[in-house]
Amino acid sequence: MTVRRRQLAALLAVGALTAGVAGCASGSPGASAGSAAESSAAESSAAAGAGGTAKPAGSITVFAAASLKATFTRLAGDFEAKNPGAKITLNFAGSSDLVTQITQGAPADVFASADTKNMAKLSGANLVDGTPSNFATNVLEIAVPPSNPASISSFADLAKSGVKVVVCAPQVPCGAATDTVEKATGTTLAPVSEESSVADVLGKVTAGEADAGLVYVTDVNTAGDKVKGIPFAESDKAVNTYPIATVGTSKNKDLARAFIAAVTGSEGKKVLSDAGFGTP
Amino acid sequence: MTFQLDATLAARGFDVSLRLGPAETIAILGPNGAGKSTLFAIIAGLLRPETGRAQLGDKVLFDLAADKNLWRAPHTRGTALLAQEALLFPHLTALDNVAFGPRSAGASSAEARATAMHWLTEVDAGDLASRRPGQLSGGQAQRVAVARALAADPDLLLLDEPMAALDIHAAPLLRRLLKRVLAGRRAIIITHDILDALMLADRVIVLEDGRISEAGPTRDVLERPRSRFAAGLAGLNLVAGTVGDAGITTADGMVVAGHHDDTLGPGQDGVAVFPPAAVSVFLTEEHGSPRNSFRVTITDLEPHGDQIRVHAGGLSADITPSASADLGLTPGMTVYFVIKAAAIAIYPA
Amino acid sequence: MNRVNGTGYTGIPSWIYAVAAAGALFVLLPLVAMVAKVNWPEFIPLITSESSLTALGLSLRTSAASTTLCIVLGVPLALVLARSPFRGQRLLRAFVLLPLVLPPVVGGIALLYTFGRQGLLGRSLELAGIQIAFSTTAVVLAQAFVALPFLVVSLEGALRTAGNKYEAVAATLGARPSTVLRRVTIPLVLPGLASGAVLSFARSLGEFGATLTFAGSLQGVTRTLPLEIYLQRETDADAAVALSLLLVAVAVAVVGLSYRRPGSATSERAAQ
Repeated sequence: MTVRRRQLAALLAVGALTAGVAGCASGSPGASAGSAAESSAAESSAAAGAGGTAKPAGSITVFAAASLKATFTRLAGDFEAKNPGAKITLNFAGSSDLVTQITQGAPADVFASADTKNMAKLSGANLVDGTPSNFATNVLEIAVPPSNPASISSFADLAKSGVKVVVCAPQVPCGAATDTVEKATGTTLAPVSEESSVADVLGKVTAGEADAGLVYVTDVNTAGDKVKGIPFAESDKAVNTYPIATVGTSKNKDLARAFIAAVTGSEGKKVLSDAGFGTP
Repeated sequence: MTFQLDATLAARGFDVSLRLGPAETIAILGPNGAGKSTLFAIIAGLLRPETGRAQLGDKVLFDLAADKNLWRAPHTRGTALLAQEALLFPHLTALDNVAFGPRSAGASSAEARATAMHWLTEVDAGDLASRRPGQLSGGQAQRVAVARALAADPDLLLLDEPMAALDIHAAPLLRRLLKRVLAGRRAIIITHDILDALMLADRVIVLEDGRISEAGPTRDVLERPRSRFAAGLAGLNLVAGTVGDAGITTADGMVVAGHHDDTLGPGQDGVAVFPPAAVSVFLTEEHGSPRNSFRVTITDLEPHGDQIRVHAGGLSADITPSASADLGLTPGMTVYFVIKAAAIAIYPA
Repeated sequence: MNRVNGTGYTGIPSWIYAVAAAGALFVLLPLVAMVAKVNWPEFIPLITSESSLTALGLSLRTSAASTTLCIVLGVPLALVLARSPFRGQRLLRAFVLLPLVLPPVVGGIALLYTFGRQGLLGRSLELAGIQIAFSTTAVVLAQAFVALPFLVVSLEGALRTAGNKYEAVAATLGARPSTVLRRVTIPLVLPGLASGAVLSFARSLGEFGATLTFAGSLQGVTRTLPLEIYLQRETDADAAVALSLLLVAVAVAVVGLSYRRPGSATSERAAQ
């Protein structure tokens, strides 16, 4: 091959590569869920309580806030057991991360957020189908290492000098709640670290690095023996409400709605309240 | 105030003992791989021998006898090493290079520079003081390197083939310089060039396969070599064997007749040495004097000055180009080398 | 290999240019995409906000400190690995290079187990009154941990290339080992040391995972620029992008202005 032909061939190859990549990117987000073929077969009614003969089937992806991990894993398992034709894939992350993923085209059928602000962001992007329903609430609780080295017993104790307290940064839902409680009680905390996720806060407490951390009630419950939870009265000043909704670009809205019904229904309520969530 | 060294290094087959007087210069000659650089590395402290001892004046450089295990670090030995490459520090000027030794010894910056300037002038490189090594030619760099070595005021100067990397114009200049600065200094110089040995060295040592094969005053060794290598350097033919009535008898049974010292007794090891110019080349066996006629196969022909040197059977013969043409000599031919006994010197090995 | 500049012979086949162009695009396009998303009218206010400037200042200070630490620890390490053969040297080198392959978060966890309150050394340090967790010191340690291999690798390469013949000459001229190090070894590998230091600085600047797990995140104390970006991402995408561009600009300035091909300057000198 002459030099020119070689260069041309190479340029064509690069061009084809770029076009191929662009094609993949613009491809339908729902395709990877593989629900396209199966959703046409799904004929179930949305309401789980309808008791219709056709059970919901197909495959959906649920994007849920990290604090919902234990409960939603349980609920999804129960749902799949009751509806053998259904498959639920779960994706847990910070609510804001999930919103970014969905707006950038990640395939999601259901979105459960840790606060209404993030759900509003998704609505604002016209990616919510219908109206979101509030299905749970969460309040803050103080988490300390089992030995409670700094002898914390109240929210005010957190502001004592020498106490190493770790909180969420105000930009995340649990941090916003912390801020609200601080303002409501008039106590300003001087944390040694403001983490970007509640899991990181809990991590610092379980590692023994922090004397105390402000996390959700549900996180304390999940952590079991690793931390000791200290509820405080002022926690009800900052209640995070969890909304759930079907994502507008879902390929299997029927199955999505069926799952949401399960979450908001009686079984869902029981699982959530066992974990420490409140009712909205 | 002598320098003495004994050292062995079995891994390299090295076993050398030598002595050096206060203002003596000796030349080390030998084929590649003979152990010459090993010797320098041991003296300078860059290589550890297996056994041995070395003493420079009243300073013990190392003593590896069983109970002692003394080893002086290179920087305390007072031995300066000059190699084929000048190895001037690239990031310092010529002046700072030469001042390195005095600075390391504790002199102040100003004193060191003054000493450096003195030595640079001594080697005729005063005008190069502010140049960087990258801006110097090979010959200039070597001169600065000599100044650097001398400025460190060494008790023993080690020169490893200093002229080897220089062109034919620079080498004689450096040789003259060395002759001047080595006077009155203790030095060992490794060289392949007998001109270096003749001009610079009082004594010569021939090192072959890690051992000294010959040693003695320069003229003696080069005029009456006892080793193949020294003979080669001196441009002489050498045949070794046992002394008999007729001359010497080699291991192959060849008999070489020549004139010999009266001191020689039969049965002794001896060598027969003769210059290539004394060898005649014949195509057939000579009918005249049958002595010293050897049948050999030509391996090589090379021009040598205005003569042709014929290499055959480990010996060399110089003949005129026209004679070579008349005889039609080519490599692979079988010819006869004939040498007059009067031209052959036989002496003890 | 000698490359003649200009219209001389380069020795590479012409199809290489196309693949190289693809490679360059692969790196440049994401940057271009990011620049395209920058909210230009708000750009200056975003990067000059109090939290942004604090984070930038903290990043620069801690990166400088960690680079210094890397030099102090890395130079001897590189010297030993390059010049002093001993048994287990390969193993030591493998461990020194470990932070290169270790996920930074894992590095942070490991540092926590060492210097944290309950950690191997942390317990004794706590008793001595020295608290490392949640402090700026922790940030410097985290950065130094991940950046050290860069300096060691760069310097070790330069030391090996330079060889030790100059050091031998210096010794025979009467210089003590410390003098040889100061006046001969280090000056000869200064370019390699400089490139290694620049790489370490750049790596420290971008360090995130280990800092987050080990040092925490508090404005002015431990929230470096990458951590600030991570946080802003939650609520203010514009701020996150603006700060990201700032970080890229700083990194490009530092690396672009001071990174020389390691060994190129020394080999030029040695060849003279």
